[in-house]
Amino acid sequence: MIWEAVVQPFADFGFMRRALLGCAAISVGATPVGVFLMLRRMSLTGDAMAHAILPGAAVGYLVAGLSLGAMTIGGLVAGMAVALLAGFVSRATALREDASLAAFYLISLALGVVIVSVRGSNVDLMHVLFGTVLALDDAALLLLCSIASLSVLTLAALFRALVLECADPQFLRSVSGLSAMTHFTFLALVVLNLVGGFHALGTLMAVGIMILPAAAARFWAAQIGSLIASAVGIALVACVGGLLLSYHFSLPSGPAIILGAGLVYGISVVLGPVGSLAARVAVRRHLEA
Amino acid sequence: MITRRVLLKSAAAVAALTVLAPAWAESDGPIRVVATFSILGDMVSRIGGEHVAVTTLVGPDGDTHVYRPTPAAARAVSEADVLVVNGLDFEGWLDRLIETTNFDGVRVVATEGIDPITLEDDHGDDHDGGHDHEESKAAEDHGDENDGHEAHAHGAFDPHAWQSLRHAVSYVDNVTLALANASPDSATAFYRSRALYVAEIEALDAEIRSLLAEVPESARTIVTSHDAFQYFGRDYGLAFIAPQGLSTESEASAKDVVRLIELIRSQGIRAVFLENIADPRLLKRIADETGATIGGTLYPGALSGPDGPAPTYLDMMRHNARTLAQALTP
Repeated sequence: MIWEAVVQPFADFGFMRRALLGCAAISVGATPVGVFLMLRRMSLTGDAMAHAILPGAAVGYLVAGLSLGAMTIGGLVAGMAVALLAGFVSRATALREDASLAAFYLISLALGVVIVSVRGSNVDLMHVLFGTVLALDDAALLLLCSIASLSVLTLAALFRALVLECADPQFLRSVSGLSAMTHFTFLALVVLNLVGGFHALGTLMAVGIMILPAAAARFWAAQIGSLIASAVGIALVACVGGLLLSYHFSLPSGPAIILGAGLVYGISVVLGPVGSLAARVAVRRHLEA
Repeated sequence: MITRRVLLKSAAAVAALTVLAPAWAESDGPIRVVATFSILGDMVSRIGGEHVAVTTLVGPDGDTHVYRPTPAAARAVSEADVLVVNGLDFEGWLDRLIETTNFDGVRVVATEGIDPITLEDDHGDDHDGGHDHEESKAAEDHGDENDGHEAHAHGAFDPHAWQSLRHAVSYVDNVTLALANASPDSATAFYRSRALYVAEIEALDAEIRSLLAEVPESARTIVTSHDAFQYFGRDYGLAFIAPQGLSTESEASAKDVVRLIELIRSQGIRAVFLENIADPRLLKRIADETGATIGGTLYPGALSGPDGPAPTYLDMMRHNARTLAQALTP
């Protein structure tokens, strides 16, 4: 019974196995990045970056058609340009990072819409830009797995600096010249994972799998290591759950996966052991007693 | 038959307009016609020739389902003498566009008087194999059958009626009548073009019929990425199924894909067709999964650019039929 409902879909259909592998790669690569975004109070940065890469990918599509390479490079260039410019403005001027990022991603988005309109194509770019996890080919899977590997290795190398930057950025800036380098490498990882994610889930859905599991994990773990581990675990559960929902109940797969993660988040907010509603009520009872 | 009917109607219209002649005195130049998408635009310029100036809102390779009108479109509509639309709720954005412009010309619904295919509720088991072929024959016999597949962005009828050359004659008649009414001086020229055009359409219909007659009974179910060929299927006895619904707006679910794969496997479907306006990646996956080959590109609702294989409506229909025949005949 459980076998039929859970394992059979993946055993019988290659596209389901590919979807699973793609989702697993995104979970392993993007979710830890999302944890650091959350710890640095930059969760909305993910959303801004997703909008920033969209026009780059659109330009890639207009130049080279439905080519994985061109769309990836276009997205990377646009995302990195926005990240670097926003980072530069916030470090060199009085404007805060959130404001400068918002400014640049809005400019990038508008520029993309203008470029697409000038080309005069009515093809609905959103349909092309929003990949579906059910249609991953070999090249896309390779790209997703490479990005996940690169992302994990880079995070491992930068781990100490990143944790320090989360806890006390002023201290890191005062003792080490690596602060700026760490920051920009981290933003590069955000862009890279979002670009990978849009082939599989579509740009905005990719942000979901980056941020939601991290936010949910916050209610399950207090240590950074266990936080990352539980976030990846939650992302994997959401992916499998979402794909199975899509399989059994005819739901579109990308949104089903994100809703799965949203469900875990909702449960975590109420019932998680660390800082959730239930945990707070328990603490108050303890204090009152 | 049709010719006589149209001529009679237009004679009456010309007579009526002669009385109203002063109102038309100002329209000396070509009639300004706006067509909502490329196929209608091509028909209008075939019939109108140099007597009309055609503006097409959704150009070649554009997707009319998800089109968003631009200010230039609103301007073209507000200045138009004649607006040619497909009807059957194909242009969902049209009413809003007309409201925002002070369009006071004549609105022609090209599908008027055709025999539309009714969209039915999909009960989820239509893909389960075995019966689709019979269903296609049934569809051929009763004009109102449709082996509907997740089809709910539109109204009650399948709007893709231009995929039937039979109906294309009605399109041409509706457009000719409207043009003749708008410019009685050029009416003779319009009817001359109409006669030539209809002869070509009928010749192509016969050509396609004989071409597709060679397709064996076992290979008459076709998979495409956009459910827009029900009229074509009804005319020539083919069954078309699609992983997406009628509109390109809906995203396919894993269950839809599974049903389709199982259907392809159980029916031994040989070819899967890509179309010029939907996401080809999903179909490539399905083709790999089932071992079916990707048969080529069909044009459902938009012409190709001038250098493509389907620059005009007739080229488009011929291209679609040849692509199908090539993939389906052994």
